[in-house]
Amino acid sequence: MVMSINRPTSLEEALQILADNPEMEILGGGTDFMVEVNYGHRRPVSILSLSRIAELRDFEVSGSELYLGSGITFSKLVAPPLAELVPGLAQAARTVGSPQIRNAGTIGGNLATASPAGDTLPILLALDARVEISSLNSVRSLRINEFITGPKQTVLQPQELITGIRVPLHDSSQEFLKVGTRNAMVISVATVALVIDWDSYRVGCGLGSVGPGPMEALEAERWLAAKIDWGNRRIPLEESALRSFSELVARAARPIDDHRSTAEYRRHAVAVCARRALERASHAYE
Amino acid sequence: MTATEVMTTTIETGTNRQELTTPTIGANILRPDAVDKTEGRFAFSSDLWAESMLWGKILRSPHPHARIVSIDTTKALNMPGVKAVLTWDDIPGNHFFGLEKKDQPVFAHDVVRYVGEPIAAVAATHPEIARQAAEAIEVSYDPLPAFLDPEEIAPADPTVDSTRRSRRDSEQDIFRHISIRHGNLDVQGEVQVEGSYEVGMQDQAFMGPESGLAIPASDGGVDLYISTQWLHVDRDQIAACLALPPELVRLHLAGVGGAFGAREDITLQIHLCLLALSSGQPVKIVFNRQESFLGHVHRHPARMWYRHHALKDGTLVKVEARIILDGGAYASSSPAVIANAACFAAGPYRVPSAAIDGFAVRTNNPPCGAMRGFGAVQACFGYETQMDKLASALDMDPIELRLKNALRTGDTFVTGQVLQGSIPVAEVIKEAASAPLPPHLLDNPLAMPGGAGRCSDTTKLRRGIGFAVGFKNLLYSEGFDDYSTAKCRLDGDTITVICAAVEVGQGFITLAHQIARDVFDTDKIVFSAGDTNEVGSAGSTSASRQTWMSGGAVQAACNRLRDRLLTMAAEELEVSPHQLYIKNGRIVSSGTSVEIPFEALSVNGPIEEFVEYHHEPTYLLDDNGQGDAHVSFAFAAHKAIVDVDPELGLVRVTHISTAQDVGKVLNPIQLIGQIEGGTMQGVGLATMEELIVENGVVKNPSFTDYLIPTALDAPDIYIASLIEQPEPGAPFGAKGVGEPPAISSVPAVVSAIRQATGAPLTRVPVRPQDIVFSADNKRPTADGVLK
Repeated sequence: MVMSINRPTSLEEALQILADNPEMEILGGGTDFMVEVNYGHRRPVSILSLSRIAELRDFEVSGSELYLGSGITFSKLVAPPLAELVPGLAQAARTVGSPQIRNAGTIGGNLATASPAGDTLPILLALDARVEISSLNSVRSLRINEFITGPKQTVLQPQELITGIRVPLHDSSQEFLKVGTRNAMVISVATVALVIDWDSYRVGCGLGSVGPGPMEALEAERWLAAKIDWGNRRIPLEESALRSFSELVARAARPIDDHRSTAEYRRHAVAVCARRALERASHAYE
Repeated sequence: MTATEVMTTTIETGTNRQELTTPTIGANILRPDAVDKTEGRFAFSSDLWAESMLWGKILRSPHPHARIVSIDTTKALNMPGVKAVLTWDDIPGNHFFGLEKKDQPVFAHDVVRYVGEPIAAVAATHPEIARQAAEAIEVSYDPLPAFLDPEEIAPADPTVDSTRRSRRDSEQDIFRHISIRHGNLDVQGEVQVEGSYEVGMQDQAFMGPESGLAIPASDGGVDLYISTQWLHVDRDQIAACLALPPELVRLHLAGVGGAFGAREDITLQIHLCLLALSSGQPVKIVFNRQESFLGHVHRHPARMWYRHHALKDGTLVKVEARIILDGGAYASSSPAVIANAACFAAGPYRVPSAAIDGFAVRTNNPPCGAMRGFGAVQACFGYETQMDKLASALDMDPIELRLKNALRTGDTFVTGQVLQGSIPVAEVIKEAASAPLPPHLLDNPLAMPGGAGRCSDTTKLRRGIGFAVGFKNLLYSEGFDDYSTAKCRLDGDTITVICAAVEVGQGFITLAHQIARDVFDTDKIVFSAGDTNEVGSAGSTSASRQTWMSGGAVQAACNRLRDRLLTMAAEELEVSPHQLYIKNGRIVSSGTSVEIPFEALSVNGPIEEFVEYHHEPTYLLDDNGQGDAHVSFAFAAHKAIVDVDPELGLVRVTHISTAQDVGKVLNPIQLIGQIEGGTMQGVGLATMEELIVENGVVKNPSFTDYLIPTALDAPDIYIASLIEQPEPGAPFGAKGVGEPPAISSVPAVVSAIRQATGAPLTRVPVRPQDIVFSADNKRPTADGVLK
C-alpha cells in the first residue's frame, strides 16, 4: 500500500512530470481532495502536489485583464488588492467554507472539482473569465461553461493542469448572492452572480446550484442588456422590469430536488436574488 | 444509603464553612482539563495508541431490510495484514445487546434491519488494509420490503383510518404504548384548538467520533479504553456477549468528545473486544464521520396530534394528545423516551383531565434513542405551539395564558403524581418574558438572515418574538434505581475521589473537586474515574443526573471519610469529635491551637470510605399511565427574537433570553455553558438540524450537509434569571441543568418565526420553503418592516 507524492517547485517541472505520469492525481489546496480520501471515494496511488509551485499563486494585471494563478486561495481573493479588482469574485470567495478552508482552498481547485455548487463558478461565468489549461506542449483557454461539461465533469485531460484564470478588468458592477440554510460554511442552495460591464455593454448572469453546472442566464442577459441605458448608466428598476428580469433568470435554472432543497424553492430563490442583484447594482450608482 | 441517611451520618460541626481557605461551591474554579483541551494536548479516545496495535473496521448493511443469503469472508481473510474477520458465528456469548431490551444483534445474522447495521468486523495491521478487507467480504442479500412509515402502525391523527397498519404485526412493531387517562375524560372545553405537528430526526452531532482501544489481557480478559456515557452498563453488555465474567472486562474511560445521549448505546465496544480477543493484539477503531452518523442512535422523529380544551378565561380543562415516535429498527431506549414524551405531553401546566397516547414504533429506519431532552423536546414543540394557538383563539396574551395554568408545588400532574419540591414554573415564565429586548438591527450584513451569502434585503426583514416554557424529569424514572458509587481516600495529604461518573465535557470532575474542597478545605485533591473493577457504577451521564447522583455520592463519601478522620483525631486528642473541624487540610480543635495535619492520620496507610447513593424510589406507570414515576423536575423558559427574510424564507435567531430553574448554582461558568449549549442545540433543531432519511438511507451523514449552527447563526444568549429554590433531597439543593435549555428553545424560536411571517410552521426544523410557500406569509405583523 504505497502512495507516492511528487512536489515540484516549478510549473515546467510539474508539466513534465504530468506528461510522463498522466495517471497522477493533482492535489491543490486539498479541501475537496482530502474529503474524498477520508470517505474512501478517492484512493490515490500517485499524487502531484502543487503546493510548492510559487508561480501558481501569483496574479498579474496587464492592460484590461487580470491573470489569476490557479493556486490563489479564497482568502487571497477576499482581501485587497484582488478584492478591489474583482469585488464580485471576492464576495463569492467569502462564502466558501470556514477561514481554514479559505486559507487552503484555491480557485483552480474550485474549477477542477466542478461542483454544481462551486461558489466561484457563477461569478467567473458572469465575468466572462477564461480558464487557462496547460500541458507540456500546449496552452488552451476556455470559457467556464466550455470547461465544465457536467456535474464534477470537465474537459481537463490527464496531462493537463489548470494554470490560471483570465478575468477581463472592465468598469463593471458585480453582485453575488448566495442562499444557503446556514449563515456560514454551507453548500449553496442557489446562487446568482450578476455583472454589468459598462465598458463592453455586456451583461453576465451566472447561476449556481440550479443545474448540472454553473448556468448562464442567456435570455435574461440579452433582455437586460437591451434595457440598460448604457450612456447614462441607468439600470431599469421599475417593477415590471425587475419582474421580467427575475422571471427570465428563473427560467434559465434547471434545478432538482435533493436533500439540500427543492427544485421549486431553488427556482424561487434565484428569482428573488436576481431582482435583488439588479437593485443592488443600481443602488451602487446612486 | 438514601440522601436522608447521608445527612444523619455527618458530624454537624465538622467544617467551619466561613473559614474555608479554598473556593468551593458557587465558585468558578478552573477545570482540571481546561488547559490541556485548549492547548490541544488532551487525549481523546481517538488519540489512543498501543504497541503492535491493529486497526478495526466494521462492514455495514446497505439495505434497510434484507435477508442475508450468504457471507463469504475468504477473500478478506486471505489478504496480507488481516488478522481477524468476525461475524455472528464468532460471538462466544450472548448475540444480542441493548439498553432496555436485548434485541440488537452484535452482527446481523439472517436479516439486516437498517442501513448501517453491522454485519462483520475486520482487524488488520493498517486502517487501509482493514477498509479494503471489509470491502472484500462478500455478502449476498435478498431485499425485503422495508417498513419506513411509523404511522403505518399508529397514525398520529386519531381520525385517520388505522387500516393502514394491517400489514404489520403491531405487537412486534410497537416498542411501547403508553396510555395516560386522567380526570374526567368526558369534559369538553368551551374553546378547543387542534393541531398536528412533526419533529425531524436530530442528531447529537458531537465532535469526537466513536473510538476506542481494546487490549487483550494475560488473564484471558480484556481492557477497553472507551468513550462512553456509562462504563458499567457497557461492561455488563460486553461481558455477556464475550461470555466472560464482568471482572475480566475492564473498562477505562478515554477522553470523550461530547455525547448528548449518543454514547448511551453500545456502538463499537463489543466489536473492539471481540477483535482484540480473537487476534490477541490491541485493536483500535475510530469511526469516520459517516460511520458515526450511521453508527449511533438519533433523536426520535415525532408525529404528534393535539387537542386542547379550555374555559373562556383560559383555564385548561383537558388535553388530548397522540405522539408517535419512530424508534427505528431496534428498541434502544425507546420505551423510556416514549414514557417521557407521554408524561410531559401536556406541558408544565395544571391539566385536570388528559387522554394521552404515546407509541414508540419499530421501522427499518435508523435506530433512535437518547438525546438531550429525551422525549421532552418533541412534546414541548407540540404543547407550546398549542398554547400559542389557544392564546390566539382566546384572544389572550400567551404569557398570561401560560401563567394562569402554570404548575405549582402541590398540584397533581397528569400522571396523578402530586408535585413536591420546587416547581417554579411561574417564576421562569415571568423572568424570561420580562427580559429586556435587544436593540433593533445591527448594521452588519453578516448578522442578517443568509449571513455570509449576503442575499438578504434589509428593507424586507421582519422581526418576530416568540416565547415558550418547558420541563423535564431529572434522574431516571419509573422504578429504575440509577444509584451512583464513590470512594474517597486519604493518602498522605492528598484526597483522592474515585467515581465512575463519565466526564463528557459537562464538568463533573470540576464539580467533584469543588465538593471535596468543600468538605476537606484543601486543593490537594485528585479525581479518578478508575476502571470498572476499582469502583462501582455511577450510572449514566444522562438525564441531567450526575450533579445530583454522583455529586451526592462524592459528597457522601467525602463526608464519611471526614467523619472517620475527625473520629480518629478525637481519639488521639481525647476530645469529642464535635469540638473538631477541618481547616486548610488540617484538623483543628475549637478554641485551642492544636492541629493535626491530614498526613499524620494516614501514616499507617491510606484511609478509604465508600458510598452507594440512591435517590428516592419511583414507581412504574400503571395501565392508565398513573403513578409516582418521577423524582424531580426542572423548568426553563425562552424568549426568542428572530429576523426573517420572508421572500427567501431565511432566518437568523438574533437574541434569546432565558430563565431556568437550577435549585442552586454550583459553578456559574459551567452552568451558563450548559444553558448556552443546550439553547443552541434547540436553535439548531428549530432552524436547520435534521438527518434526512429517504427509503431508510441517511442522505446527509456528514458535517457538510448535517448542518449545526455556526458562530454566525448563534444568537446572543441572555440569562434573564437563574431561579435558586433549593430542591429538597438534592445535594446542595442543586438541580441538573443540562437538558432544560434544549427543550423550550425550540418552540420559542419557531413561535418567533411564526409571528414574523404568519406561516403556520407545524414542523421542525423550519425550512426556507416552509416559510416561502406558506399561504399566509405575506401577512404583515405588529413588528412589520424593520429599519
